[in-house]
Amino acid sequence: MLSYALRRIIYTAPVLLGVAVVCFALVHLAPGDPLISILPADASVELEERLRALYGFDRSYVEQFFLWLGRALQGDLGTSIASGRPVTTEVFRAVGNTLTLAAVATLIGFVLGCLFGFVAGYFANSPADKAASAAAVFGVSVPHYWLGMVLVIIFSAQLGWLPATGAGPGGSAQWRFDAEHLSYMILPALTMSVIPMGIIARTVRALVADILAQEFVIGLRARGLSEFGVFLHVVKNTAPTALAVMGVQLGYLLGGSILIETVFSWPGTGLLLNSAIFQRDLPLLQGTILVLALFFVILNLVVDVLQTALDPRIRR
Amino acid sequence: MTDPYVRIRDLGVTFTGGAKPVRAVGGVSLDIREGEAVALIGESGSGKSVTMRAIMRLNPEKRSRIEGSIHVGGHDVMKLGARRLARFRGAEVAMIFQEPLLALDPVYTLGAQITESIRRHEPVSRAEARARALQLFERVRIPSPERRLDSYPHEMSGGMRQRAMIALALACRPKLLLADEPTTALDATVQIQVLLLLRELQRDLGLSIIFVTHDIGAAVEVADRIAVMYAGRIVEEASARDLMRAPRHPYTIGLLKSRAHGAMVKGARLDTIPGAPPDLANLPAGCAFAPRCFLAADSCRRDDPPPLVALDGGRTARCLRVEHTHPDAIGTPAH
Repeated sequence: MLSYALRRIIYTAPVLLGVAVVCFALVHLAPGDPLISILPADASVELEERLRALYGFDRSYVEQFFLWLGRALQGDLGTSIASGRPVTTEVFRAVGNTLTLAAVATLIGFVLGCLFGFVAGYFANSPADKAASAAAVFGVSVPHYWLGMVLVIIFSAQLGWLPATGAGPGGSAQWRFDAEHLSYMILPALTMSVIPMGIIARTVRALVADILAQEFVIGLRARGLSEFGVFLHVVKNTAPTALAVMGVQLGYLLGGSILIETVFSWPGTGLLLNSAIFQRDLPLLQGTILVLALFFVILNLVVDVLQTALDPRIRR
Repeated sequence: MTDPYVRIRDLGVTFTGGAKPVRAVGGVSLDIREGEAVALIGESGSGKSVTMRAIMRLNPEKRSRIEGSIHVGGHDVMKLGARRLARFRGAEVAMIFQEPLLALDPVYTLGAQITESIRRHEPVSRAEARARALQLFERVRIPSPERRLDSYPHEMSGGMRQRAMIALALACRPKLLLADEPTTALDATVQIQVLLLLRELQRDLGLSIIFVTHDIGAAVEVADRIAVMYAGRIVEEASARDLMRAPRHPYTIGLLKSRAHGAMVKGARLDTIPGAPPDLANLPAGCAFAPRCFLAADSCRRDDPPPLVALDGGRTARCLRVEHTHPDAIGTPAH
């Protein structure tokens, strides 16, 4: 088990290197000059040259890449062109916010998804199944930025129960766990949770229906287990796959929350990426993508190891 | 004579889940004495597994209609409530399945599954249950039992899995063991070992066994008595010896002739029963076997299915023309 985890950790190294190359290349392949946004329109040629040298944009791409990679390995992702602050500070604050939001959304999605999935799977083809499956399809197919806006209109604009945007009172950019901050999280987290909810519900429904049709369930009943006892066995058989799907969903939410963070002005990586793209803030863009990719890889690693711990058949 | 341990009367099972109701079992009556081993044999779809599952009420109750009565050791199985039924299953009657890899929960170790069963039925500590699981593994002769208790089903060989399955079934000292084709999925050499083990356990523990199979050879190995099923009914019932020596129902005769055996000459034609088993959703009038029967007369295709005819030696056959199959009868089929 430990050696398996260790091996998996070593395997991530080449993946991360590949990620670094791709994210560097993508950012530099895109057209546009990063300095344009900060240089005054009437800047002298010398000033432009000096700035260019300062950021290292005058060197070859290969040179730039290795310089960037070398510094990144030491935990230095450079300086944001737009704000002048270290990219690491900016990214990690945003990552913290995004991670909190994504984790809460995934948790809601996972709980609701499992609930719907188990009900639908256990009572396949009943009205309860139809209702739960309809909820799942709604979750997967509704455009969530639209859902976000609708929720804002109902709960913030009409009813005035919940704040519409931001992560905390007074434009607070730092998430804290208190009642005030929580009220800011409810709408974006709910909006975000519908996708993992739908996907997990559908996965769990299929799994449960499949497991219930297997002979060992008859075997369990033949041993005199109560329906609840049988249910526990079904849960343990469902867990590995359901957890894997949840991990992947959390990964998607980490990287794919641009729309929701924009709708709710949530100060996370999505919002950060959005502004970095529009300001052509290359160091910030690179740094954010790299950190997100890093999280995705780590997450998959954790899920794989967890899954192996839960399902003996995957081991070795 | 004392009351039989298992007493099944006019058991009917109709599956109503599909477009057309399927009458899988149509009036089965069967008695099993304490410590007796009875084999139910027949083709796929003859209703033998369904009959056996009905004894534990394991057929899906929402999608089936069940008639008749089943008594096991004083329990009226049809009338048991959910709680009593759960206590009855496993402790009074246990079951082993055809393919242990499918019938064991893949994500629990065998030790965990056995201790779970024991603790479900008896108030014993975890350590005590584990000690009993170890004894059971030794009893069914699993090598290095201590280590095997911590194995998952997929980590064992087929024969070992079936032994583990038997150990699991015996965990709560049941009095009746239902074996659903327990050797069909095994290698020929392992089959014999498992059959001998079953026979030995039955003798030592005084178990009653209902043994479902389509392998007559395996049935003879284990069973005292054999009941042959066709299209949801028992068509012939006799002691294993009598049945093998002188089958009386034309279907049994066909079944015995269609076996491949060691003495067969290479290239010789294997006798088979012509035609295919009937559609249970659409049974013909009269005897269900008549369309495939070499002895069938017009009377066989009319009216009700033939009644069970009592023959000498305590055996029965469900055939109108049973006198023609008597060993001394002139009408014995030529072959």
